Amino acid sequence: MSTTEIVTLSAAEMAAKVKAKEVSSRELVEAHLEVIEAAEPSVKAFLKVSGDQALEQADAFDAKSDEEKAQLPELAGVPIAIKDMIVTKGIETTAASKILEGWVPPYDATVIKKLKAAGMPLLGKTNLDEFAQGSSTEHSAYQTTHNPWDTERVPGGSGGGSAAAVAAFEAPLALGTDTGGSIRQPGSLTGTVGVKPTYGGVSRFGAIAMASSLDQIGPCSRTVLDAALLQEVIGGHDKRDSTSIPEGPRPMVAAAREGMKRDLKGLKVGLIKELGGEGFQPGVMARFEEGVKKLEEMGAEVTEVSLPHLPYSLGAYYIIMPSEVSSNLARYDGMRYGLRVMPPADVPQTAANMMAYTREAGFGDEVKRRIILGTYALSAGYYDAWYGSAQKVRTLIIDDFKKAFEKVDVLVGPTSPVTAFKFGEKTEDPMAMYAIDITTIPANLAGVPAMSIPAGLSDDGLPVGFQFLAPQQRDEAMYKPAAALEAALEEDWNGPIWQSLKTPWLDGLGK
Amino acid sequence: MPTFTKEEIVHLGDLARIALTDEEITRLQGDLNVIAESINKVQEIATDDVPPTANPIPLEAYLRPDVPETPLTQEEAIAGAPVSEAGMFVAPRILGEE
Repeated sequence: MSTTEIVTLSAAEMAAKVKAKEVSSRELVEAHLEVIEAAEPSVKAFLKVSGDQALEQADAFDAKSDEEKAQLPELAGVPIAIKDMIVTKGIETTAASKILEGWVPPYDATVIKKLKAAGMPLLGKTNLDEFAQGSSTEHSAYQTTHNPWDTERVPGGSGGGSAAAVAAFEAPLALGTDTGGSIRQPGSLTGTVGVKPTYGGVSRFGAIAMASSLDQIGPCSRTVLDAALLQEVIGGHDKRDSTSIPEGPRPMVAAAREGMKRDLKGLKVGLIKELGGEGFQPGVMARFEEGVKKLEEMGAEVTEVSLPHLPYSLGAYYIIMPSEVSSNLARYDGMRYGLRVMPPADVPQTAANMMAYTREAGFGDEVKRRIILGTYALSAGYYDAWYGSAQKVRTLIIDDFKKAFEKVDVLVGPTSPVTAFKFGEKTEDPMAMYAIDITTIPANLAGVPAMSIPAGLSDDGLPVGFQFLAPQQRDEAMYKPAAALEAALEEDWNGPIWQSLKTPWLDGLGK
Repeated sequence: MPTFTKEEIVHLGDLARIALTDEEITRLQGDLNVIAESINKVQEIATDDVPPTANPIPLEAYLRPDVPETPLTQEEAIAGAPVSEAGMFVAPRILGEE
């Protein structure tokens, strides 16, 4: 098989070929390393490529006996890229911040341990907005990642690196972290699949903490089934995360395979009334409405559902998130790991001054903005009015979702109000950047699972995302209609959405 | 509605231990006033009868078996330290000269 033939397979197809001994794990890793080398000058998705370690892991898998391999998850032998917000033992982890430049973690995140145990080689660490704070990956302290669909445009954020790597065939799968949409929105902007599991469904141990009550690790892939397979590998209880739900992963793979039969008779789908209108591009709404029609054609009953407190979610999020950021990022104090900058000679050389100069030098503008805002929201005299009020709004939004899910099985809406925008278009106006997340934030506030799948191309030729949301701890409920819609749309398109993607970096690659 | 003054931003920078530059202070003041305006409306619906939510998935606290495990070695624990000596983290002095 040629490199291009290998890397354009889905992860499930790669796994099947590994199982049939048509391709080895080493060959999969080598093919992806070749694409990474060719694509990176224009895409810049990776902060660090760990090729040698990936090949070692692949060889270790290939050397296993058939009996040993049979014990491993279906994705065994298939490589994966990791957002640089997740710690990897022996591989530099920076959260795209100067304050962690050169830091090599002494331990693995739980999800990394699970991937290693599953025999899945790690290709490297992907770019993100510094500490996952942003919606375009422009706030990385190291580099700007380019959208494979149009390299003049952003790949979304914060997980722009993971989404771009998967879209550009540099990796079949990736892990992301989603605090307000950082997996789903980049998925939408790059024509890939992105899933935020139920809060507590995947261990956060070893995910660098941003806003702990909202953060969740999840899969990035090119197909719904691949995401389900990956979520079953990384999901389940972890005693090292006190918010981890003490149960195994949900039956998501079975739900995705059921969905591929394209029979949705009896499924009740709710259109979120509050997601649409002003700020939503007509091309986004057109693809979304076509997707809804497809669901109806497959037998789903579609009704409009109102979640009246949704318009307050952006406000609540921009209080809760910076508050937790200011608290979590207090650990970067120049004492035990990361950057240390001593004060200038005319300033007393104390620990407190060292911290202030270290944090001034090590954090970028967006991170400072959120730390200062959060420090204010948590300070005496403002705590009740700000943080306390936002926590109450969270209760109201959770109640809205509960009531909605009494009437319907899944909720749907566009993943992002806009398609990929140009570099610099929104960096000068923080509120314009924040407002893009209005569609994705509610799921984080309510802890419900949500996923984005490609809905087609807008009139500007750029991908649009279709979002499904399911009740807490019922992640499988969204996988079935998502897989059904994917299959129906691909029939219309005569193949996957990436057929329309121009990939000059794949031209002329190995036989 | 809160309005951020220059002095307030300086104070918050001090609390957050970030030695902000004058230029940053000016920019933050503008940014934060715009952000504050748009997020303030949460107070409209946060009435006394609504309980706050800290964790969206209510979990009962539970105990797990107390099983000993091998932690990081001392060498691993200080491997990332900006300055270390004899297996210990080296910190600048805590108090000023006065």
